[in-house]
Amino acid sequence: MRSALAAALAALALAATAPLHAQMREAPPLAKDPAVEARVMHLASVLRCLVCQNQTLADSNAELAVDLRNQLRAQIKAGRSDAQIIDYLVARYGDFVLYRPPVKTTTVLLWAGPFVLLVAGLLGLALTLRRRARVQAAQTAQNAAHGSTVDAASRARAKALLDEPDGAKGA
Amino acid sequence: MKKYFLPLAVLVVVVGFLGFGLKLDPREVPSPLIGKAAPPFSLPVLQEPAKTVSNTDLKGQVWLLNVWASWCVSCREEHPVLVELSKQNVVPIIGLNYKDQSDDARAWLKQFGNPYVMSLVDAKGNIGIDYGVYGVPETYLIDRDGVIRYKKIGPVTPDTVREKILPLVKQLKG
Repeated sequence: MRSALAAALAALALAATAPLHAQMREAPPLAKDPAVEARVMHLASVLRCLVCQNQTLADSNAELAVDLRNQLRAQIKAGRSDAQIIDYLVARYGDFVLYRPPVKTTTVLLWAGPFVLLVAGLLGLALTLRRRARVQAAQTAQNAAHGSTVDAASRARAKALLDEPDGAKGA
Repeated sequence: MKKYFLPLAVLVVVVGFLGFGLKLDPREVPSPLIGKAAPPFSLPVLQEPAKTVSNTDLKGQVWLLNVWASWCVSCREEHPVLVELSKQNVVPIIGLNYKDQSDDARAWLKQFGNPYVMSLVDAKGNIGIDYGVYGVPETYLIDRDGVIRYKKIGPVTPDTVREKILPLVKQLKG
């Protein structure tokens, strides 16, 4: 009973959205070939939409993204390989169209930058820790030379605190 | 005093980079087509749909290809600049009417003036894809051999004309 109701609701929802399909600009026959569609979506997810630059072609609904997805589809159907199609787009839109920028002389900083920063950070940390250890060691050595790790004034103050009556401590 | 020096230096460097970044336009993606042959096309003319013009018909002259559409807001902004440039008669401007309705396009030219020697109709935007168009308006300067020498993404301004287009046209013609 419940599943029948769900099915009826789903059918109703589909019927309600049917006119929307007519307005969509995606070519309808593609859904018929899931293999082609899977390749389109895979390619579209590694390519950048140039209109909304932080989205992939797969995510974007810009007109150009729709056109380019149709272009991908047409080229896949024409039997071109993924590499050929990507070259086709790079020839027109440049490396920027690739969501994953290629490693080149102009992008070395982009790729290596984070690691350079990481190494610099670790180096800075190591240096700071070493300096701190050295300062501490020097202090310990100095105190040891004076025959004690605590100087006389501190010792006197600690003794005074310890000798205080218990009532004062509680307040 | 000395302990503030390093953080301050880092701050200055970061602010410097951010300030530089503010001046860059992320929409301006360098075109790989500069220095390459303009992609071929053969398209109907907006004002005479029966006639088609191809890129080879335009060889032998320095010309501007301006991608425009009646639905494009920035095109209105740049249009007076193009009209002004066309009056100077230094470089022919060919329009590429991109993904537009021809009736709207003709009405638009009537309303705002027509700086184009002719406009070619790219109704589906396929030639636009070949030229790497992604933000209308875009303008290409093409030399006598049909090589793209300069591309402007976004509206052409009087500054663009004065500082980029006119000097390049002069150089390419010379």
